Amino acid sequence: MAKLNINGKVRDVTVEADTPLLWVIREQIGLTGTKYGCGVAQCGACSVHLNGNVVRSCAIPVSAIKATDRIVTIEGLSPTSATPIQKAWLALDVPQCGYCQSGQIMAATALLAKNPNPSDQEIDDAMTNICRCGTYQRVRAAVHLAADSMPAAKRRKSAA
Amino acid sequence: MSTSIRRKAPSLSRRRFIVSSAAAGGGLAIGMQLPFGIETAAAQRPAAAPIEVNAWVVIKPDDTCVIRIARSEMGQGTLTGLAQLVTEELECDWNKVTTEFPTPGESLARKRVWGEFGTGGSRGIRISEDYVRRGGAVARVMLLQAAADQWNVPASELTVANGVITHTPTGRTTTYGKVAPAAAKLTPPDPKSITLKDPRQWKVAGKPMKRLDTAPKLNGSLVYAIDVKLPGMLCAAIKDCPVFGGKLVSFDNAKIAAMPGVKRAVKVNDTTVAVVADTWWHAKKALDALPIVWDEGENAKRTSADIDAHVKEGLTAANVYAMRNEGDTLAAIAAAPVKVEAVYSTPFLAHATMEPMNCTVKITPDRAEAWVATQNGEAALAALSEQSGLPLEKCEVYKHILGGGFGRRGGAQDYVRQAVQIGKQFPGVPIKMIWSREEDMTHDFYRPISQCRMAAGIDAAGNLVALQVRVSGQSINAFNNQAAAKDGRDDRQLQGYYEKPGDAQLGYTVPNLLVEYAMRNTHVPVGPWRGVNTNQNGLYLECFMDEAAKAARKDPLEFRRALMGKHPKHLAVLDAAAEKAGWGTPLPPGVHRGIAQFMGYGSYSAAVAEVSVGADGKVKVHRMVLALNCGHAVNPDQIAAQVEGSVAYGLSATFYGELTVDKGRIVENNFHTYPILRLAEMPKVETVIVPTFDFWGGVGEPTICVVAPAVLNAIHAATGKPMRKLPLQNPVAALNKA
Repeated sequence: MAKLNINGKVRDVTVEADTPLLWVIREQIGLTGTKYGCGVAQCGACSVHLNGNVVRSCAIPVSAIKATDRIVTIEGLSPTSATPIQKAWLALDVPQCGYCQSGQIMAATALLAKNPNPSDQEIDDAMTNICRCGTYQRVRAAVHLAADSMPAAKRRKSAA
Repeated sequence: MSTSIRRKAPSLSRRRFIVSSAAAGGGLAIGMQLPFGIETAAAQRPAAAPIEVNAWVVIKPDDTCVIRIARSEMGQGTLTGLAQLVTEELECDWNKVTTEFPTPGESLARKRVWGEFGTGGSRGIRISEDYVRRGGAVARVMLLQAAADQWNVPASELTVANGVITHTPTGRTTTYGKVAPAAAKLTPPDPKSITLKDPRQWKVAGKPMKRLDTAPKLNGSLVYAIDVKLPGMLCAAIKDCPVFGGKLVSFDNAKIAAMPGVKRAVKVNDTTVAVVADTWWHAKKALDALPIVWDEGENAKRTSADIDAHVKEGLTAANVYAMRNEGDTLAAIAAAPVKVEAVYSTPFLAHATMEPMNCTVKITPDRAEAWVATQNGEAALAALSEQSGLPLEKCEVYKHILGGGFGRRGGAQDYVRQAVQIGKQFPGVPIKMIWSREEDMTHDFYRPISQCRMAAGIDAAGNLVALQVRVSGQSINAFNNQAAAKDGRDDRQLQGYYEKPGDAQLGYTVPNLLVEYAMRNTHVPVGPWRGVNTNQNGLYLECFMDEAAKAARKDPLEFRRALMGKHPKHLAVLDAAAEKAGWGTPLPPGVHRGIAQFMGYGSYSAAVAEVSVGADGKVKVHRMVLALNCGHAVNPDQIAAQVEGSVAYGLSATFYGELTVDKGRIVENNFHTYPILRLAEMPKVETVIVPTFDFWGGVGEPTICVVAPAVLNAIHAATGKPMRKLPLQNPVAALNKA
């Protein structure tokens, strides 16, 4: 039995302690926007936010999660896709097959929360998720577009 | 596949459709809707009933236009492109367009009214463009006629734009939503009697319209096949014999019986075992713990060293298949004052779609259903029927948007076959089978291994007068289509070197030309991999052209141009890439250019790469310019997206892609040992589309094959050393070793 705060809702789940968070999210909670890609924290398709940090949920056993930890999945960002990142993704038609894009969006959202005006180098360092369709050029452009769409004051603060 | 099924279907047709697009969350219900009776819900609201005007077009009272898409969507944008083509002729409002996938079973019941479902070979649009445009045009004619009948005026007095019909003399208007019920009762005109628009006059097609399937990919609501949930569903994890050709001997169910959630392990077929449990994680854990005895067989002795030697032997073997033999090549090379020779090689590669293979089935004694990501819905239906033992009309396939295809999810449908064999052992229980990444990477149908020996003769003036191309390697046809590979004659392995125009024609005229293939098969399963053989053959030819140009003391672009006078389309695309890239203009210190051109899938491609090589040998690709003539450009922004993706796919193969064989099995099994290009390594890509409006070429595949040679040629320019083996070695280390 574990208590998990997912997208602001506390849920009780009954699973073995070594079950990866990814499979708890997908199979117990039933939120399937978070994807399985590799199971070894390589590809990032399973990226979620844990207390505001992007993590790869396929490699975190549920036993490592505390009841006070805040987990946010792709479904918890904005059901109408109204965040700056989601809007930029739509504006530039970033996804192709789309399978990795939940993870890309979670990684980009975490990046902008910490660094509202990232340089190309900072995007390189933060955006390490694999996209087999090769949407990287648009991912980069959309991160910049989202940053540009955010209030100027917030961006200046980060640059300072 | 039989098409002789008779069934009273059209009135029930909507039951079988899968809503796939636009509205966020719209796809969510797919797995749920069907068993829970969408029909009943629709019947209770007859006023809102959508009207099928014809097979391609369904119109709702609110003027929403649902366009049926038979081809699969795997990211390549075909769904949007086909919808644009239908919309163009239909003259409906693009902002009110949604799409749905007709099911393969429904199509068979309706005498294959939607044509082919297969989505491969970059054919999704170019093979269906004519009949889908006519489908839209027929619906338009019927809708206009219905309005004319209603107003009792000649249809010739009507105009239509964005789904609003206007009677010009009186100014009266109506909409498609209002006249659709009457239109559906009319006899359709002969599609061939309708004159389609001149593509140069297109308003929706030919424009960079936004994709119709983006929204549900942004918030987790799109239901991929791997996400399907059905009432009472169990999950299966699966393991095929690690050695290709080996057999399953036994497994010990008792050892896993007490594990959480486990139902039991089952034999899937002669080579495969699966564990079925309440969740996939439980199934996978139990599978990992399951004692399995394999008979690995003779193939367990095979290694990459054996395979490499076997392929290498083909480079010099006698009596091989000569697809082209013009002039007297060997004599001309022998007599030439300058001779050039080089041997190149490329390894086995995996597709590594981000969504691993999976399939959900529900098998009962009189019905078989599958929920699946497939590039060929009809092939999935055939596999379902064959494996379940039920006739086609008792089978149905619900297609999902694919989490990547790249050729992996085409004809074989191996994962559908496996799922059915599991499902048969749990009658009436929905079973979702998912492959682990490790299973996916070690049981692919791989891009075949090959090597190529190139030899050339250059005359005193620096002209290429003789060229011998000898490809040796594994044949895809020999593995999956033996009729096309009889007696070692397999033209497909020489894709891109053809004399015949139109598909994959060699762009150079060389007076003495010998193009040969030595078939050297292995025990490793092979199949089409995005771009298929154009990737290897483009690399071999275009890297060698740079070596030959260097020997001839010519500029690589000018050396090529001199051979292309009889191939103006190839030349125009090469020139377009060179011009956009600024070929011959100064570059920042340390940056070097490479160029390449090739043809495949009916389209002409060229690339220029700008590359630097650090003192440590680190290769950085800064910029790539790609030019493409695909005849008609249905959606320029999505073509650019495919070109950008092609660069990433091609660079992954250039830098990293390599699968090796040891003890008969594939060694690399996940992304840590089979790396994929990441964002930090992605160059700036500029796409130049130069359509000539006189043919229909493919888009998804043709530009990959010029990526690696352009980059390798730039490295050659930077270091003076030709690169002949993929994946890329560290050029400085290779230089020091040489």
